[in-house]
Amino acid sequence: MAILVTPETKVLVQGITGGFGGRHAKLSLDYGSQIVAGVTPGKGGQKFEDKVPVFDTVHQAVAETGATTSAIFVPPPFAADAILEGVDAGLDLVVCITEGIPVNDMVKVKRALQGSKTRLIGPNCPGIVTPGEGEGSSGGCRIGIAPGYIHKKGNIGVVSRSGTLTYEAVWQLTCRGVGQSTCVGIGGDPVNGTSHLDVIKMFNDDPDTHGIIMIGEIGGSAEEEAAAWIRDNCKKPVAGFIAGTTAPPGRRMGHAGAIVSGGKGTAEAKIAAFREAGIQVAETPSEMADVLLKVM
Amino acid sequence: MNIHEYQAKELLARHGVNVPSGQSCKSIEEAEQAARNLFDAGQTMVVIKSQIHAGGRGKGTFKSGFKGGVHLCKSVEDTVEKAKSMLGEVLVTKQTGPDGREVKTLLVASAEKIVKELYLAVLLDRNSSRPMVMASTEGGMDIEEVAEKTPEKIVKETVDPSMGLLPYQARKIAAALELPSGLIGQAAKLLMGVYQTFWKCDASMVEINPLCIVENVDGSQGIAAVDAKISLDDNALYRHKDIMEMRDLGEEAPLEIEAGKYDLNYIKLDGNIACLVNGAGLAMATMDIIKHFGGDPANFLDVGGGATREQVTAAFRIILSDPNVKGILVNIFGGIMQCDVIAEGVVAAAKETNLSIPLVVRLEGNNVEIGKKILNDSGLQLISGDTMADAAQKIVAAV
Repeated sequence: MAILVTPETKVLVQGITGGFGGRHAKLSLDYGSQIVAGVTPGKGGQKFEDKVPVFDTVHQAVAETGATTSAIFVPPPFAADAILEGVDAGLDLVVCITEGIPVNDMVKVKRALQGSKTRLIGPNCPGIVTPGEGEGSSGGCRIGIAPGYIHKKGNIGVVSRSGTLTYEAVWQLTCRGVGQSTCVGIGGDPVNGTSHLDVIKMFNDDPDTHGIIMIGEIGGSAEEEAAAWIRDNCKKPVAGFIAGTTAPPGRRMGHAGAIVSGGKGTAEAKIAAFREAGIQVAETPSEMADVLLKVM
Repeated sequence: MNIHEYQAKELLARHGVNVPSGQSCKSIEEAEQAARNLFDAGQTMVVIKSQIHAGGRGKGTFKSGFKGGVHLCKSVEDTVEKAKSMLGEVLVTKQTGPDGREVKTLLVASAEKIVKELYLAVLLDRNSSRPMVMASTEGGMDIEEVAEKTPEKIVKETVDPSMGLLPYQARKIAAALELPSGLIGQAAKLLMGVYQTFWKCDASMVEINPLCIVENVDGSQGIAAVDAKISLDDNALYRHKDIMEMRDLGEEAPLEIEAGKYDLNYIKLDGNIACLVNGAGLAMATMDIIKHFGGDPANFLDVGGGATREQVTAAFRIILSDPNVKGILVNIFGGIMQCDVIAEGVVAAAKETNLSIPLVVRLEGNNVEIGKKILNDSGLQLISGDTMADAAQKIVAAV
């Protein structure tokens, strides 16, 4: 079953005619994802890769193709607007890859999302992958920038703020013959659409997810919030890793949300919360898969 | 991005916030003129403040031995004397580290007659994803200490971003600050101005500590932002060209400035094992794993997903400019980035910089076999790592 997206999910790509968006739309197509439309204002009528129709607006794309999900590869000054356009068109899911969106823009977007049926993942995230059954897990749904071939269809759910750390966990699992149900990158920004807890609740309810790997980092309290819920409600084994034990306080470590502010959001506090909740803690990223598999 | 107190006050004043009259001065002559202007206007006391991007200035000491980064001055001559001991000198405070910071600008301002010190800040509340106004009767102190010891003395009010800070919210906060009724109106206006500064300038944080009840010359009371600290959201600077011009390169680490020119995310630390990684989370985890195995990371460095050969070479150069560095760990999970592209970059960089210290390279992902072959055939002295743990242990052992 997986969560959020299946191989049948119809996806449109906002920013498909840009270099970054185009490159990853093609990789998603090669992976077997249903990329049914692209949206770039002013380029309506063009065809991407000779097969995917490009529209001027998300509304047009949805009306013509029935797309329910969008991948956003739009530059930071215009990305918040692109998200809101997707919400307004009634999409089920919007996945925003863009890094560098002003925080206040996302504060406004989050406010506008209240009461809408659209789920936002990201921004500043690598996207989502539900692996397929083909060669290199092709035939699944790949939204975003993750390498498809490292995945394998299976039963472990992965949720993470970091892209490359996700790939580490996924590859470790795949190399051990253990596949993934869905891998979700929630992104590295301080204001995002979907939290660790949101995804873990979905994994908890998904019959095809039997174990969970949760990857966090310094900044904010999302991991602590998830840990408290997991302790009281989660039916499946969870392993976790927190990056940033050596990060100096007050510095933004790459990700806009990876910052220890006023003594809050430390790696130590998150690791303690994990332990307290019965989450298996990987001391190094090299052990994430093994730590989970030991308790499965 | 951080800015100086005098710049923060400028931004606040633009949004109608009452700040003490003052002038920023980059020379003794300017300090003299500023003091003269204030005393001529009727001030009996002036304050001279070192402008650096760090707190604890009042209690700091200059390397010359001169004590205190903030001084009260009774006359123009007094101001000039103090300025001579401060301008161009290096001030060491609890927050600057032992190297201190050179004071290139002084703020000469009217010394307010302070009746009470309060605290006010506007920042992002990550729990609600909304701006939050934080205020306390305990001003002029370390707010983190107040939060720990007497959290009930801090009031918090979140703001609906679609409405902004509403006047009744500003009055609510003013009342919580135990202000006399006669000052509620003024305080509310100031609070609205501080919020506007935060929102309109795309700040990450606006902190007024202390916010003061002051006594005016005619005996009446007022409210003023006696100190101000603002940090700006880096992601929004592109739409604030005037604020970008407030950037002070002298307050940033030279290597970090250099890295910024190549779009490299680099933060200098104190250790001796440098790292070069793709992805912020992986980069943090690489620093952590070096420490885990007994080493000491020299830096955080995220080359990003699309690193070119030029960027990798620039990254090596920057890493090697740090005299503390005794070894390098390259940790790449090539997703969309190909391992062979990174391997070529590493080989070229190592050769161009005449690398003579231990280098451990761990590659994983797309085209990994081709990448490993390029490294093996390069003739360079480098060590290969399999997993992150293996690579980290090897570099720690080699240094």
